[in-house]
Amino acid sequence: MSGESTRRRWRLTPATLPIIALVLLVLAVLLVPALAARDSLRIEDVLARRLVPPFAHDARGDFHLLGTDRFGRDLFVRMMLAGRLSLLVGVVGAGLAGAVGTLLGAIAAWTGGVVDRALMALADLLLALPRLVLLLVGAALWQPGLQTILVVLIGTGWMGIARLVRAEVISVRARPFVPAARALGATPSRVLFRHVLPNAIGPALVATTLGVGNAILLESGLSFLGLGIQPPAPSWGNMIAGGRDLLVVAPWVALGPGLALVLTVLATSLIGDAWRDRIAGERAPLAAS
Amino acid sequence: MRTALLYWCVLSLTFALLRLAPGDPATFLLPPGATASDVVRLRRELELDRPVAVQYARWVQRTLHADLGRSFTDRRPVTSVLAATLPVSLALGGASLLLSFLLGALAGVVQAARRGTLTDFTLTVGSVVLAASPAYWLGLAAIACFTYLASSLNLPLWLRLPAVGMSTPGIELHGAAHAADLLRHAILPVALLSAIGAAGVARYVRTSALDVMGSDWMRTARAKGASERRVFARHLLANLRAPLLTLFALALPGTVAGSVFVETIFGWPGMGRLMVTAIVARDYPVVLGCAAAYAALVILANLAAELLLPWADPRVAA
Repeated sequence: MSGESTRRRWRLTPATLPIIALVLLVLAVLLVPALAARDSLRIEDVLARRLVPPFAHDARGDFHLLGTDRFGRDLFVRMMLAGRLSLLVGVVGAGLAGAVGTLLGAIAAWTGGVVDRALMALADLLLALPRLVLLLVGAALWQPGLQTILVVLIGTGWMGIARLVRAEVISVRARPFVPAARALGATPSRVLFRHVLPNAIGPALVATTLGVGNAILLESGLSFLGLGIQPPAPSWGNMIAGGRDLLVVAPWVALGPGLALVLTVLATSLIGDAWRDRIAGERAPLAAS
Repeated sequence: MRTALLYWCVLSLTFALLRLAPGDPATFLLPPGATASDVVRLRRELELDRPVAVQYARWVQRTLHADLGRSFTDRRPVTSVLAATLPVSLALGGASLLLSFLLGALAGVVQAARRGTLTDFTLTVGSVVLAASPAYWLGLAAIACFTYLASSLNLPLWLRLPAVGMSTPGIELHGAAHAADLLRHAILPVALLSAIGAAGVARYVRTSALDVMGSDWMRTARAKGASERRVFARHLLANLRAPLLTLFALALPGTVAGSVFVETIFGWPGMGRLMVTAIVARDYPVVLGCAAAYAALVILANLAAELLLPWADPRVAA
């Protein structure tokens, strides 16, 4: 194999910039807190360090890129720590919701009958409440924290994907290669997972990608309301909540985490959009023929 | 019938979820230093000591009599608490939704008509960024600009907008003065909610309008000599009516729920803020009541869209 034909030439696509931005963010989120001079969660010498504006030195002579909060903690380091959590919640929450939705949607379409009706009724049931309300009720159930948020995000996020996958599986099932695979002696589960799902999963992957930004926004919202990640553990949402009373004195406390949030969500949704457009472009000739 | 059944299931689901929750509301409600017998007495008073099945049966019986119980915290009937807060959320959400559809549809159609121009690009960037921004953070930014910054720069009064509440505290206003005061307080929250909503609507309308514009009947309309204005007003908008109606029904509950953050930021006494405080206080009847109201809203909105669809798209009726 020469690899000549399979190798794609590197091109600038609409997703290039957001992907670079996200890679940089992941690196920063992993490296900055690890390399930071002192533990950003520890509070010491509050009077000398508190509410230092961005790009300035505190009374001890330490430089703070984005300033400090009311307890003298470095905002940049804390933002990167919070970024670990936000990215984790976004990717794991949306990813597992997508996986659960794909599995349930495929099972519903493949088995049909009572299972199908029961699963779709459950999806209808959960879709009859706005997701935020479900999240709030769910967050009220257990102690607020990382696990609760993930469980609730997965529990409220699978329905749309399940419907999508169910419709795709039903349409792919009608294509000739499915009876062909069956005639060759493949078991039903092998046909589903090896032949049908790979052809049906595109839209679900796009929806999951778009769900990442949504999950990050929801997590930050819950944390802002005090129902998510609890201080002192930093999350962009609770950092913004912490800057709420300081809008006049120290606007940078709420500004930084908010900008990080917007840019991250923006990057993930741009990637999702670009991917969707590409899939739509690949499918269009198929639909026309 | 199916709708009613679905609604009942939703309510039962919320009931089940709340009762399964660990954490005893009785311990939340009592002051620290309460004795064990206080806890027992309160649990009996709130009927929390009965088996869950009995609680559910009692709840079903009361709900059928339009009695949603009393708030654990201040003993007010949940129906009257909802009656006080739901209109606030509905007015806030409804006004924002109408504005966001007007602005969003306008922006989307303009973008489609001027595809590829600077206007299109600017509006696209604006709507993508708005859709990625958390409402509460934009709210804080708006307060920082229009309340603090505007008053420190001594900008004219109409640019200095109040940050908190629905009315100016401490003074009794009536008639037109009251309405003007309310309007001033409503500008920031409504503008915020509708800007976020309009961003989504604009993106959707742009795509649908481009779809429609590529169709044969648009070319036919132009070919038979219809003015550009008539093509847009008569042919394009008529074809956007049905998808917009569906989108409206889908967006209504989300907008009302989204007002949770706006109500929290701007201190509006609506249902979203009520629900958050009730959750923190483990006030089960109030949380259930709010969930019931939201679910009713979703189901009614879907029903209305279904009934109105034949009007918006006569092909459906045939």
